[in-house]
Amino acid sequence: MGRYLIRRTLFMILVLFIVSLITFIIFVKLPAADPARRAVGRATSPENVEAARHAFGLDRPLYVQYARFAKGLVPWPGLFLNEDVYFSYANFVPVKEEIFGRLPVTLALAIGAATLWLLIGIPIGIISAVRRRSIWDRGAMIFALIGVSAPVFWLAYLFLYIFWFKLEWAPPSGIPIGTSVMEAVLQGRFILPWMVLSLTFAAFYARMVRGNLIETMGEDYIRTARAKGLSEKRVIYRHGLRAALTPVVTMFGLDLAGLLGGAFITETVFNLPGVGQYAVNAIFNQDFPSVMGVTIFGAFFIALANLLVDVAYAFLDPRVRYT
Amino acid sequence: MAEPLLEVKDLKVHFPTDDGIVKAVDGISFTVQPGETLGVVGESGSGKSVGFLTVMGLITRQQAQIEGEILFQGQDLVTMPGDEMRTVRGEKISMIFQDPMTSLHPYYKVGDQIAEAVRTHQKVSKREAHEQAVEMLRRVGIPRPDDRADQYPHEFSGGMRQRAMIAMALSLNPDLLIADEPTTALDVTVQAQILDLLDRLKEEFNAAVIIITHDLGVVAEHCDHIQVMYAGKIVEAGDRRDIYYNAHHPYTWGLLRSIPRLDEAAVDKERLVPIQGLPPSLIFVPQGCAFNPRCPHVFERCRTEVPELLPADGHHASRCHLSLADKERIFHEEVMART
Repeated sequence: MGRYLIRRTLFMILVLFIVSLITFIIFVKLPAADPARRAVGRATSPENVEAARHAFGLDRPLYVQYARFAKGLVPWPGLFLNEDVYFSYANFVPVKEEIFGRLPVTLALAIGAATLWLLIGIPIGIISAVRRRSIWDRGAMIFALIGVSAPVFWLAYLFLYIFWFKLEWAPPSGIPIGTSVMEAVLQGRFILPWMVLSLTFAAFYARMVRGNLIETMGEDYIRTARAKGLSEKRVIYRHGLRAALTPVVTMFGLDLAGLLGGAFITETVFNLPGVGQYAVNAIFNQDFPSVMGVTIFGAFFIALANLLVDVAYAFLDPRVRYT
Repeated sequence: MAEPLLEVKDLKVHFPTDDGIVKAVDGISFTVQPGETLGVVGESGSGKSVGFLTVMGLITRQQAQIEGEILFQGQDLVTMPGDEMRTVRGEKISMIFQDPMTSLHPYYKVGDQIAEAVRTHQKVSKREAHEQAVEMLRRVGIPRPDDRADQYPHEFSGGMRQRAMIAMALSLNPDLLIADEPTTALDVTVQAQILDLLDRLKEEFNAAVIIITHDLGVVAEHCDHIQVMYAGKIVEAGDRRDIYYNAHHPYTWGLLRSIPRLDEAAVDKERLVPIQGLPPSLIFVPQGCAFNPRCPHVFERCRTEVPELLPADGHHASRCHLSLADKERIFHEEVMART
């Protein structure tokens, strides 16, 4: 297990290195406007442009430029996202400050939505599979179809219109200045974003759980469990679900990690200053240090989730062994 | 005669499908006496597994149209409500299955799976149930049962898994054990061990055993009675000697001729003789005798009239239009001469 973890961690570092390299190459190769020129403004002298270029480090050879960015990705105090390199070309705010300032918003959004979609998706999937072809199953699958098909931006505006504007059941979203994320959560300002974000996932999970459970219930060991004289409830919940939910863990890990990199559409419609918004703005502004920081940040969560899911499997499935 | 342990009367199990009604089991009747071993032989799709899954209550009236009676110790299992059936299933009738690789739950320890069966039917503590499980593993010949109980199925070999399945099935001391192709998925050397084990445990636990198989060779020395099934019906039934030394049905002859032999007498004889053709669809069963399209002795009557299961003597019965004299002549000339 120890060796396995070390190997996987080294592999994870390699992946992040490759991601950072690709991000850098895209930035260099893309015919974007010169960041130095953009920084100094329209009416300026060549000396000013040169000065800005020097300040951004863009006058150095490419490998030096990459090395400066790469050094800032080493998770070590003082090095990590250091402010000499990782600052916005647009407004000079350190990337670290932006990401860590926005992280609580994204965390609150992702964790709340994830809890909600598990609580909705899994029970619906179970009911659907157990009462297959019943009215419950049909209803659930219609829900799943709508959930999977409805675009998030449309759903978001629809929910805002109905639950906030018309019915006034939910407070408006967005985080007012001077309100902490925790306060915003307690005021219910995340309720609508959670509902919208979780609906798609809940629909997807309901279908997955249903499919897995139906498949599992056809296995020979389920027949054995019934042959033992177990109650149908025990057959389903102890023998069926145990096997059917294991693959769900994999999906969940990856989905949650994906959301930690930001849920741009939800964040934008509900005006939540999260990581996703930041990433998209950075890309539009061709603000390379921010793009690099937020890309590695997202990639890190995905790679970490992959590792955690694989390790979790060893505990969930006795057939899996690490060497 | 004492009351039979199991008496099946004209059992029919029909599955409605989009293509028509699948007559998986189409009117079978037989009895099993306490302590007896019955062999049920037939090809895939002859209805043998479906019939006994129905006896176990694992095929229910929600899935299939079930007619007839299954009297177990005098109670009709067909009409018995689900929760009551659960007390019979596992405790009084238990079953082992063809593929021990997939029949045990991959995520639970073998000992726990056996203990679960015990705790479902008996009020015992977890620890007692575990001890019983270990004891059962020991009785089915698993070495170091204490350690083995804490292992997962994937750490067991195929033969060991089937032993564990048998341990689970016998852990509640059932009156009837149904073994559905218990050796089909196992190596030949292990097959004999498992069948011998079943023989031995049958004596120890004083249970009746039904062995379902497609291989007449397998059940030869282990069964008191044998019934041969074809297309959802019993085509021949009798005791072991009747079937091996005086079979009356052309299908049984075909099965006998397809048992490979390695002894002196067989060496210079020709190849195995397969039964021509394929088993019939259970939706469109051939008119008359279901076996007529494949039967080398077919004549006009076979194509129109369904033969009855007629006893030739006490209980040796066959479902064939040939005269008794013809059956005996053909058997001795064509089957015995070869086998």
